[in-house]
Amino acid sequence: MLKTFAKGGIHPPENKYSANQPIVSIVPPDTVTIPVTQHIGAPSKVIVNKGDAVKAGQVIAQSEGFISTNIHASVSGKVVKVDSIVDSSGYKRPAVFIKVEGDEWLEGIDTSDALNENISVSDEEIIPKILEAGIVGMGGATFPSHVKLSVPRGKNAEFLVINGVECEPYLTADHQLMMEKGKELITGIQILMRGLRVKNAYVGIENNKKDAIKHLTVLAANHQGIEIVPLQVKYPQGGEKQLIKAILNREVPSGGLPIDVGAVVFNVGTTFAVYEAIQKNKPLIERVLTVTGKSVTKKGNYKVRTGTPMKHVIDAAGGLPEDTGKVISGGPMMGKALNSLEVPVIKGTSGILIIPDEEAHRKPVQPCIRCTKCVQVCPMGLEPYLLQVLSEKSMLERAENEYIMDCIECGSCSYTCPSNRPLLDYIRLGKQQVGKLIRSRKQ
Amino acid sequence: MDKLLSVAPSPHLKSSTGVPGLMFGVVIAMMPVLVLSVIFYGLGAIVVTATAVASCVLFEAIIQKYVLRHKITVSDGSAVVTGILLAFNIPSDLPVFMIILGSLVSIGVGKLTFGGIGNNPFNPALVGRVFLLVSFPVDMTTYPNPTGLNASLAESYIDASSGATPLTLIKEGIKAGKPVSELMTQVPDYADLFFGDMGGSMGEIAGIAIVIGFLYMLVRKIITWHVPVVIVSTIFAFTGILWLINPEQNADPLFHILTGGVLLGAVYMATDYVTSPMTIKGQVIFAVGIAIITVVIRVYGAYPEGISFAILIMNAFVPLINRYVKPKRFGEQLSNG
Repeated sequence: MLKTFAKGGIHPPENKYSANQPIVSIVPPDTVTIPVTQHIGAPSKVIVNKGDAVKAGQVIAQSEGFISTNIHASVSGKVVKVDSIVDSSGYKRPAVFIKVEGDEWLEGIDTSDALNENISVSDEEIIPKILEAGIVGMGGATFPSHVKLSVPRGKNAEFLVINGVECEPYLTADHQLMMEKGKELITGIQILMRGLRVKNAYVGIENNKKDAIKHLTVLAANHQGIEIVPLQVKYPQGGEKQLIKAILNREVPSGGLPIDVGAVVFNVGTTFAVYEAIQKNKPLIERVLTVTGKSVTKKGNYKVRTGTPMKHVIDAAGGLPEDTGKVISGGPMMGKALNSLEVPVIKGTSGILIIPDEEAHRKPVQPCIRCTKCVQVCPMGLEPYLLQVLSEKSMLERAENEYIMDCIECGSCSYTCPSNRPLLDYIRLGKQQVGKLIRSRKQ
Repeated sequence: MDKLLSVAPSPHLKSSTGVPGLMFGVVIAMMPVLVLSVIFYGLGAIVVTATAVASCVLFEAIIQKYVLRHKITVSDGSAVVTGILLAFNIPSDLPVFMIILGSLVSIGVGKLTFGGIGNNPFNPALVGRVFLLVSFPVDMTTYPNPTGLNASLAESYIDASSGATPLTLIKEGIKAGKPVSELMTQVPDYADLFFGDMGGSMGEIAGIAIVIGFLYMLVRKIITWHVPVVIVSTIFAFTGILWLINPEQNADPLFHILTGGVLLGAVYMATDYVTSPMTIKGQVIFAVGIAIITVVIRVYGAYPEGISFAILIMNAFVPLINRYVKPKRFGEQLSNG
């Protein structure tokens, strides 16, 4: 019996059409727009001006404060303007527009594909280099990686957990990365283990990727402390709390972080970026993402520079299908629906999913029949039906006491509700209001 | 101008199971029971079921359209479920006007008064059944003897010979001071009880069919096993203790399980979504409560059977149970300790 997390979870159709499609690089567009907020935390401070010439890999916006990181030019060319754009969050945010000229990289960056397994940096250099390279969590949360590696005083990191679960339906980029860059990933894991000073690393992979499990198990055999853990297929196993529960059988306390149970979690995409940063001196300016959807002609896994408009990526994958209803940045369960295809790819973009019009609309909402399915599937042990009502009625203190802030927004409740109730919509609203309430209390 | 895109918050995927699907699943799960009651009670069973279903659906539509001026929601299938359940809870020779009246009370009073599907505190079919029981006690407590499939409508429905249920026989007998061992010779044996050859309301006679329906609903994930299994095992344990203490005063546990609608209530009525608790822990408390009240009514109360009342009484506790019984939260223990 394979391991998995204990509570709740769902089995949506996997639809991993682009599995085993080799990673293809997409030629940069004419102009890239690089938002200065590609991570959780403070926006980076722009240090280039209109007219400046930049090279790929050059810092264009600097980290501001501890929870922030650097942003780099992903192409060489000229800064056209610094202006606001609407990004995938739907908000207007400042971005640097660069007109592409040639493909010249900053000196010292190794752009070759050659494998470098020999880790020559000292343990102390790892965290600063990761900050320098602008690495953030690439599974979608975009939390700056150097912060995760800086274990706070009084806490103790015991395990590194690598997230190769890719539990979102449709997405296959992490899977393909594990297949093509297995050795690089093992080196990345060793770097992270040294940065954290831990002896054990676990790589969690769901059993629908048997080839990746086999491949990495063979590669990890020569390396002490790295164990590949096959997991049952169940959404949302890629949630870090669920993954830690599945692999280590430890529960991150309510309101706590993985480090509270001695674990630090990195996504495989992030781990590969760490490898490139340390071994190739290459900052995070491109990533692998899945472009998929029933009607997409060239479903596949593509390597894309940050700042590339979604439209350019979709065109490279055969263009926007006729029957398109919805375009999602990320997976179908937690991704964001885009209102414009000019939105750029950022560090956290794990995929572009194009949904046909007939599947793009919600069904009419019916009364709650108290079937308990939302309670059964909630991986956090919450009662979504109740939180929805409490949020709707702004009963915020009661909602707080019912642990609304523990919701990880996985969407299992809304997915499963037979009455098509917008459970997560209201819970998100409630979380925002309760968050405000908690902050006002602290002041 | 770009093509206009739909925008909505995640999740963008939706499971295909809707309310009509679930209700239809329950209807399918009740079919074995219906088939068995037709086999034993003949055409009368069909007359009763058809009347109850048709009047429940019609009353829901009429009240929604003309009284509440609300959208008609009969297509969700819940009125069909209520109709079949009501039919299962009444004798198969009950006059048509009583069935219609019971349906009106079920749907009108039991369900729509509270705001329709999802809002009713009590199981609508049981509200209708109890209304009929207190209004027409004689008709509701004399059950036709099984006539078989070949009996004509006249034999099976209009002037079916009627008798008492096994549970009533035992109860009356114990009251009259006869030992249980003697009384047991007058009732059908366990196999007949399980396969349905006894007097009773339409749905309660067929243990085997109910078990099939239960398994079907488990496989389809319409219900979980907790409520039915806890009710049946608690009743078994409780009556077992009483029987061990005094086997001449108390019927044995197997007899209690197989008679008086325990299986029917445990599988189809106590598991009603709307009127049962929202957590597994709460459902177990609810089920234990039903079991204890059922046995107390049977052994110490005035009625021979008791599960209908037990379910209705525990229905009233459901909001309280939901308020205080919570699922185990992820990471809860650690944050408190």
